[in-house]
Amino acid sequence: MTSRREGSPFQGLATVALKEAADHMNSARIHLVMLLVILTAIGSVYAAIGQIKMTVSEDEFLFLRLFTTAQQPLPSFVSFLGFLIPLVAIALGFDAINGEYSRRTLSRILSQPIYRDALLTGKFLGGLLVIAICLLALWLLVTGLGILLLGLPPSGEEIARGLAFLFASFVYAGVWLAVAMAFSTVVKSPATSALCALTLWLVFTVFWPMLAPLIAGALAPVDPLNPMTAVHQINLQQAIARVSPNVLYGEATLALLNPATRSLGLLFASQMNGAIMGAPLPLSQSIALVWPQVAGMIAALLVLFTIAYVAFQRQEIRA
Amino acid sequence: MTPVIEADGLVKRYGRFTAVDGIDLTIGKGEVFGLLGPNGSGKTTTILLLLGLTEPSAGSIRVLGLDPLRQPLQVKRRVGYLPDQIGFYDHLTARENLAYTARLTGLASAEAGRRIGEALGRVRLADVGDKRVGAFSRGMRQRLGLAEVLVKQAEIAILDEPTSGLDPQSTQELLEQIRELAAEGVTIVLSSHLLSMMQTICDRVALFKRGGIGLIGNVAELTTGVLGGTHVVEVEANGVDLPCVLKGLPHISAVSIIRPNHWRVDASDDVRAEIARKVVNAGGALQSMTIRQSSLDDVYVHFFEGENHDVAA
Ligand SMILES: Nc1ncnc2c1ncn2[C@@H]1O[C@H](COP(=O)(O)OP(=O)(O)OP(=O)(O)O)[C@@H](O)[C@H]1O
Ligand SMILES: [Mg+2]
Repeated sequence: MTSRREGSPFQGLATVALKEAADHMNSARIHLVMLLVILTAIGSVYAAIGQIKMTVSEDEFLFLRLFTTAQQPLPSFVSFLGFLIPLVAIALGFDAINGEYSRRTLSRILSQPIYRDALLTGKFLGGLLVIAICLLALWLLVTGLGILLLGLPPSGEEIARGLAFLFASFVYAGVWLAVAMAFSTVVKSPATSALCALTLWLVFTVFWPMLAPLIAGALAPVDPLNPMTAVHQINLQQAIARVSPNVLYGEATLALLNPATRSLGLLFASQMNGAIMGAPLPLSQSIALVWPQVAGMIAALLVLFTIAYVAFQRQEIRA
Repeated sequence: MTPVIEADGLVKRYGRFTAVDGIDLTIGKGEVFGLLGPNGSGKTTTILLLLGLTEPSAGSIRVLGLDPLRQPLQVKRRVGYLPDQIGFYDHLTARENLAYTARLTGLASAEAGRRIGEALGRVRLADVGDKRVGAFSRGMRQRLGLAEVLVKQAEIAILDEPTSGLDPQSTQELLEQIRELAAEGVTIVLSSHLLSMMQTICDRVALFKRGGIGLIGNVAELTTGVLGGTHVVEVEANGVDLPCVLKGLPHISAVSIIRPNHWRVDASDDVRAEIARKVVNAGGALQSMTIRQSSLDDVYVHFFEGENHDVAA
C-alpha cells in the first residue's frame, strides 16, 4: 500500500463496531449459541451447588468453587466455558469479511470515506463488545445464583478473582474471534471458513491433549538411566500443549479460581520450601503466575489479527 | 470545461492478464460520460481505479485534483458510486442501510434522515423504506443504490450498469434522474449496454476494446469517424449494381450489401435524391428507400465487427 495516507485509519471505526455489535445482538445465530451457554452455565452451577452443600468443609473460597466444582457426569462451569467460548467467538466472526464479499456489500461500503482498517478493526471490536457483554452477564448470573442458593455473598477477594477470571475469558474469546476472522479473510466462502474454524476448535479441544504426549514422546524419548530426560520430556509435552489456547486458558482459570495453585508446571521441592500445603496464594501472586498464559493468548490474538489485516489489505475488491 | 477526472497511461494487471491497458481519459465538470464496450473490456476495472478501490499497475489518476490512492477519503467523500453488483444488508431496512452508509460518510443524523427521506422519494421507494431489503427485488435494490448516491450529494456520480435489472419505466425514470443530476452540475460517469439510452443522455462516450479505449467522442464525431457519415440510407432496388452506380458520388462514404437487391449506404448528408436519380438513370427499378440518422448502435456494431466477445481472463 502507499506509504503515507491522508486522514485517520480509524475514521468510521465506531460506526462499524456499533453496527456489528447491534447485528450480533439481533441475530438468531448468536441467540442460539448464547442460549446454549446459559443453559449449560445454569446446569453446571446448579450441580456444583448441590455438591458444595453436601461436602461440609471449611473453605475460605466457597464461592469460587461454584465455578470449578464438577458434579459427575457434568463438568465444571469453567470447563464448559473453555469448551463453549470458542463456539461463541466463531459464531461471531466466521463470516466477518467473506460474508461482505458474498453479500456484495464490500465495494459499496469501501466506496464510503473509510479505510479497510476501520472495517476490519470495527468488526473485531464489535465482536469483542458482544463477548464482553455476554461474559459479564453470565458472571452476574452465576454470582446471583450463588448468592441465592448458597445464601452467602462473595468476599472481596472472590469478586476480584472473578473479575480476573472474566478478563482471562475475554482474552481467550478474543483469540478465537481472531481465529474466526482470519479464516473469514483468507477463505472465500463463509461455509468453508466456518468449517475451518470449527476443525481447529475440535483439534485443540479434543485431539491436542492426546497429541501433545505423543509428539513429546517422539521428540524426546526418555532414557531410563537419566532421570533428567523424563523431566525434559514432561517440559516439552507441556510446551507443546500450550500451543493450544484452550490449555493456556485452562491453566489461567485454574490458578485464578483455585488460590491454592502454586505452580502451573512441574513442581520441584525447592519451590515448596517454606510453603504450607494447600495454603492459598494471595491474588497478586496468582495473577503473576498466570500472566505468561494471558500474555501468550494476547500475543496469539495479535498475530492472528495481523494475518487477517495483511490478507485483507491485499485483497481485490472483486474476487 | 474544467477537468474533474484525468487518467494518464492507466494500466491494471491481474497477474499476467492486463485488464486495463494504457487508458488516457479526461472528463470535464458536469459532463455525462459513457463507458461502452463488450463484457470484460475493462470498464468496471477502470471505475475501480478511479475510486482508488484497486491500485493501478502503472499510470496516474486525478479525481477532483486529488490522487485516489493517497487521498482516498477525500475522493470517496465527494464521489458517489453505484457498483455493478450491488448488495445490501438484508436484515436491515432500506432506511437503516442508507443511514449506515450516511454515518460512514460522516453525515449528522438529522441531516442524513432528511436526505434519506428525500432520496427514497426520488427513487420511488418511500413507501417501502421501512421494509427489510431482503424482500426487495433486483430493480428495487438497484434504485436503493441510486438513492445512496443521492444521499451523498456527490460531485461525481459513477454508475456501473445502473440499468441492469430495471424495468422500462424505471429505466426511463433513471434517465430523468441522471438528467436532473447533470443539470445540477454533477459529473456523471456511467457504463451501460443500452446503446440507445447512452446515445440520448451521454455528452461523450468511450468505446472500450480489450482494456484500451478504441474510440472516444460525442456520437456525431464517432459516427463520422467510424462510419464516415451521419446518415444511413437503406435502398432496395432491382436490376442495378448499386455500389458501381454510386461510385464517385459526393457525401457517400460506404455502400454495403445487406441481402440481394438490398443495400446500406453511409453518407454525411441526405443523399436520397441522388441515389434515386442514379438508380433510375442506370435502368434499375427502385423498390424502397429509408433514411435515418446513424446511431451509436451502428458505430458499436461496426467497431466491434469480427471481434469475438467475452474476452476472458
Ligand atoms: N480480481 C481479478 N483477477 C483477475 N482478473 C480479473 C479480476 N477482476 C477482473 N478481471 C478481468 O479483467 C477483465 C476486465 O474486467 P471488467 O470487469 O473491467 O470488465 P467490464 O468491461 O466491466 O465487463 P462487463 O461489461 O461484463 O461488466 C476481465 O477479463 C476480467 O476477467
Ligand atoms: Mg463491468
